[in-house]
Amino acid sequence: MADLEELYREIILDHYRNPRNRGELQPPAVRVEGFNPLCGDEIVLSLLVEDGTVADVKIAGSGCSISQSSGSLMSAAIKGKTVEQARGLIATFKQMLSLGDDDAIEEGAEPVPVNLRSLGELAALQGVVKFPVRIKCATLSWNTLAQGLDELPAS
Amino acid sequence: MEGVTEFDLAAVRRDFPLLSKQLHGRRIVYLDSGASALPPHQVVTAMATYQETTHANVHRGVYGTAEEATRLYELARKDVGRFLGSKSGQDEVVFTKNCTEAFNLLARSWGRANLRAGDAIVLSEMEHHANIVPWQQLQEMLGFEIRWIGITEERTLDLSNLDELLDGAKLLSITATSNVLGTVNPITSLAERAHAAGALIAIDAAQAVPHAPVDVTALDVDFLAFSPHKMYGPTGIGVLWARAELLNAMPPFLGGGGMIKDVRLDGFIPADGPQRFEAGTPPITEAVGLSAAVHYLESLGMEAVHEHERALTSYALSTLAAEFGSSISLQGPTDGPLRAGVLSITIDGIHAHDVAQILDTYGVCVRPGHHCAKPLMRRLGVNATARASFGIYNGTDDVDVLVEALHATIKMFG
Repeated sequence: MADLEELYREIILDHYRNPRNRGELQPPAVRVEGFNPLCGDEIVLSLLVEDGTVADVKIAGSGCSISQSSGSLMSAAIKGKTVEQARGLIATFKQMLSLGDDDAIEEGAEPVPVNLRSLGELAALQGVVKFPVRIKCATLSWNTLAQGLDELPAS
Repeated sequence: MEGVTEFDLAAVRRDFPLLSKQLHGRRIVYLDSGASALPPHQVVTAMATYQETTHANVHRGVYGTAEEATRLYELARKDVGRFLGSKSGQDEVVFTKNCTEAFNLLARSWGRANLRAGDAIVLSEMEHHANIVPWQQLQEMLGFEIRWIGITEERTLDLSNLDELLDGAKLLSITATSNVLGTVNPITSLAERAHAAGALIAIDAAQAVPHAPVDVTALDVDFLAFSPHKMYGPTGIGVLWARAELLNAMPPFLGGGGMIKDVRLDGFIPADGPQRFEAGTPPITEAVGLSAAVHYLESLGMEAVHEHERALTSYALSTLAAEFGSSISLQGPTDGPLRAGVLSITIDGIHAHDVAQILDTYGVCVRPGHHCAKPLMRRLGVNATARASFGIYNGTDDVDVLVEALHATIKMFG
């Protein structure tokens, strides 16, 4: 039961019940859809980047408390950040969930410790690690964000 | 289990070793038989004994154990045939990799040989993807029409326009029992109406065969597919039953060893009967396990199994209604003889995945998600349900733990 309380921390339930940055943006914002076929979670991410900075972000879709709170927390975390910072946050978040990019880790290299402080409220999602099936729920919005950043028109 | 006439739940439970294990320090409450049923030790032992005493490839060797392996494999065909009420199992039962492959075989063999652009087949909106996607793939190749039987607000088939849908159709392929709704469809009358319209009928019996007597002769169906691991047998084997005269006219699907009479440089002659559809080494150990599962269910008696699960379903439906009123919804028909033991639970404001996660801490195993029936989920307007499904080893005590765990779930998210 202790693991369960780690998973469903109050901050996660709060973001699930009261999601931040809810809705969709019109073009020129980039719109990306993400699906978790396992449980039917859906995330619709609208991303407006101006001068290399995330000027606005909205999240729509439906799904479980982990996928939806992760999207809400992510939207709050990346708003106002540069594209590079947003990419860094994706990497740090995935690292927290033990999903480091294997190709990037060279043999014998020291693992880089995750700076949980740099994640702020996002660190609340680290309890997901103990529930392997739910990691896909937690990473759905982040993978969708990565796709959105890749699809940004070159400026 | 010999000599058991009344359904003896305690005795049945003793046959399932996994039920004596604990999950998170609690008694395991296995409510996911709709996804995969637990195997009784009789099935596990039959497979282990076969592998330790007999293992050989079939239809090839002339040494004693190879002959015995072949005999056991072919005996499984007869056992399954008898269990389904087939007149000649040895000519009508094909072993596949799983139930999904059985539908792929039906589509790619019978469908490809018999469907043309301008033809039509009829499916329903409550089908599992296994009975949708193979037809859509074939449709991409051949360009026939797929017509859909809709669903009523009571979560039963909407048969109001069936004559129109069947008009000129060549096949009605439909589930006998919905894996999401627990709706038991009127197969006898659907078979009659399909035949009257000149169509054949195939049924997806994956959720029917483990829970009630199914007799292909009495139902008068043409094809039937089911999933042995949902009826207390092993994974890795599926069954397509087809009327012999239809099967004999069907071209092979997968090619290779075992499915031929002769191969020359300029072509091949396919084998006769079910073997024509069994390319490569078949699931021999699994067929032995399936035989044991058939014997196990026969010893309980399918009427007794059906009565037990019917009573349990009635108890669950009335208990959940009394405990939770409208705070939880069940996606399915109201109680009655045409209501199977599948409880698709939705709770306002709590996603099915979260429900299942909290239930797990109470030792309760249910399945969250879309249950491989996305068109149905869209029709219901939900993206996931938490599905509890019953098997022969479930009792009212399992329902009571489910209720306790659901109360805790609502409290946590409320």
